[in-house]
Amino acid sequence: MATKLLPKELAKRPDRLSPGHRLCAGCGASIIVRQMLAAIDEPVVLSNATGCLEVATTIYPYTAWRVPWIHNAFENAASTISGVEAAYRSMVRQGKIPEQDVKFIAFGGDGGTYDIGLQALSGAVERGHQFLYVCYDNGAYMNTGIQRSSATPLGAHTTTSPAGKVIPGKQQFRKDLTAIMAAHGIPYVAQAAPSQWRDLMKKTRKAVNCGGPAFMNVLSSCNRGWRHGTDETVEITQLAVDTCYWPLYEVEEGVWRLTYKPREKLPVEEWLKRQGRFRHLFRPENRHLIDRLQEEVDRRWERLLRLCGEA
Amino acid sequence: MSPASRNGVLSGEFFMLGDIACAEGAICAGCRFFAGYPITPATEVAQRMSERLPLVGGIYIQMEDEMASMNAVLGASWAGVKAMTATSGPGFSLMMENLGLGVMMETPCVLVNVQRGGPSTGLPTLVGQGDMMQARWGSHGDYAIIALSPSSPQELFDLTIHAFNLSETYRAPVLVMTDAEVGHMTEKVVIPPVEEIEVIGRRKPTVPPEEYLPYRVEPGELVPPMAVAGEGYRIHTTGLTHDERGYPATADDTAQWPLVQRLVDKIEKNKDKIIMLEEDGLDDAEVAVVSYGIAARTAIWPVQMARQEGIRVGMLRLVTVWPFPDEEIRDLAGRVEGIVVPEINLGQIVREVERCAAGRTEVLSVPHPGGGIHDPQAVLRAIRRAAGRKAEA
Repeated sequence: MATKLLPKELAKRPDRLSPGHRLCAGCGASIIVRQMLAAIDEPVVLSNATGCLEVATTIYPYTAWRVPWIHNAFENAASTISGVEAAYRSMVRQGKIPEQDVKFIAFGGDGGTYDIGLQALSGAVERGHQFLYVCYDNGAYMNTGIQRSSATPLGAHTTTSPAGKVIPGKQQFRKDLTAIMAAHGIPYVAQAAPSQWRDLMKKTRKAVNCGGPAFMNVLSSCNRGWRHGTDETVEITQLAVDTCYWPLYEVEEGVWRLTYKPREKLPVEEWLKRQGRFRHLFRPENRHLIDRLQEEVDRRWERLLRLCGEA
Repeated sequence: MSPASRNGVLSGEFFMLGDIACAEGAICAGCRFFAGYPITPATEVAQRMSERLPLVGGIYIQMEDEMASMNAVLGASWAGVKAMTATSGPGFSLMMENLGLGVMMETPCVLVNVQRGGPSTGLPTLVGQGDMMQARWGSHGDYAIIALSPSSPQELFDLTIHAFNLSETYRAPVLVMTDAEVGHMTEKVVIPPVEEIEVIGRRKPTVPPEEYLPYRVEPGELVPPMAVAGEGYRIHTTGLTHDERGYPATADDTAQWPLVQRLVDKIEKNKDKIIMLEEDGLDDAEVAVVSYGIAARTAIWPVQMARQEGIRVGMLRLVTVWPFPDEEIRDLAGRVEGIVVPEINLGQIVREVERCAAGRTEVLSVPHPGGGIHDPQAVLRAIRRAAGRKAEA
């Protein structure tokens, strides 16, 4: 019997990511990891791409992980977990270790997933390794000091898309990685957010039990890069969901399903105005960027509704 | 930031970070394209370029990884724009395939490696000089390369300009092998007036387009002129072994011999013009310290201390590390009783020094695995030993 996803039940089990790690106060990544791992009753083995999560949880000679964990390089968390998963199956086949229902999971940020790690991720899911890849998407290279990534929203200021006289922040829309992963035709793909924790946990369970490769894209606020208070993480994440910048949905065996529909779809401005990285957009000469972003959010939302049979 | 002149040169005196000085050097040299990928401790070069290039009509692109970065740089150079990228160890490894492509296609460009401790992810924020042999041999096949090693933010500025000049002169990628100490050091940097900065451009073909062959060199020359896209010249270029037309010629070794030999010769036979060395106190020296980059800077104090102790020691600083100054080291080895080589790796350039010394003098390595600079006492002890003094604690 799987543990019920109730706070009372979940509070009884020890965290698999222990307190004392050195992620920043208000970091979305640690909330996501703890919540997701709490949803899994089975043993887990993790691989971690280079990034904040990796660096801040394993400062020598300490580790915050209470589960087997491997870090390799930046671009290859998916390749590494492929090797780990294949080696496990080989050892079981050779009778060297008993067979258990081990869940193999890779965590990577958007830099290590959308950009440098995309090739490794695509290859690993195509080969059909039985693992879940989780992208904690905070929309920039936060570990090296907030450089733009292909997950950075249009107009956002980063240290390599600085808002200035000539160029007002990032010039491109976010790559729709979740849709790209869905196009691989793997058994389970989902988009989630820690502000909807039960939805996040349910999706995690489905993902690790889907019998094949699974991918989850989880929005992860970084208050250092997004520029907001450390106590506003969950609230601002939920605004991304309620403005439909970050819709929550899943694609199970090719079937698209919306898992959360905002009662009232808020203007994207409501999410933008809470974050310092978008401050310059509110100057009169840059307002058109907010309009462009709104149009794109609407276009993607309408498309999603159609795919989910809700339009 | 003070107002820049129209060509983007921020002439003046600054208290400036090494990485930023590197970016400013590139802008002075006429670099108008930067493709890169964030990596500590080189990120500030990219950040500065992302701020500065749009102001001077240039383009900054952040790529999805270092392979793409190096390739975009090659593409930009072939389109006629001076182009650069900056990275550190792990990214340098990923760039190696396309560095070789740049060598083979004879593409002028500059690759800055702000070295950190390795191997692998190693020590992202801490210094290393462990990529010196990778700089020489990192891409597959035979080739020669130019690599410069600055010891200060000012020199990082100067050598970045010089790297562009060398790359345009020899139609080859040039490496600026700096390190985390120099890149992250803030020091006085003087950016001279525009008219005092020597900037060398690409040598263009003088023949009419119908006679132009992209890889033909005139007798006695080693570097073919390079046509710029859009000027009416037809170009074919490839990473395959090619003939004068740039067409693949892979059936046998007929094209391989002249091509690869010339790729090596155009650097090796111009060593006299390329190699820059800085000598100090070598005239009467019984011991020489041979070093480069930040390691040479930490060797200044021990050299002074040894002199006070009565040891006649001098310093030879390799501003150019590749091509290696074989003759100068050979000559030095005949004059001194010992050569001390401090470097922040476990002994890379010391092998070259040993090769050139060929047993004629004692060569002492002062290794350091990276993560810090040398303890000056370790260098001093090696100098004493080389001078035949008793080792002291």
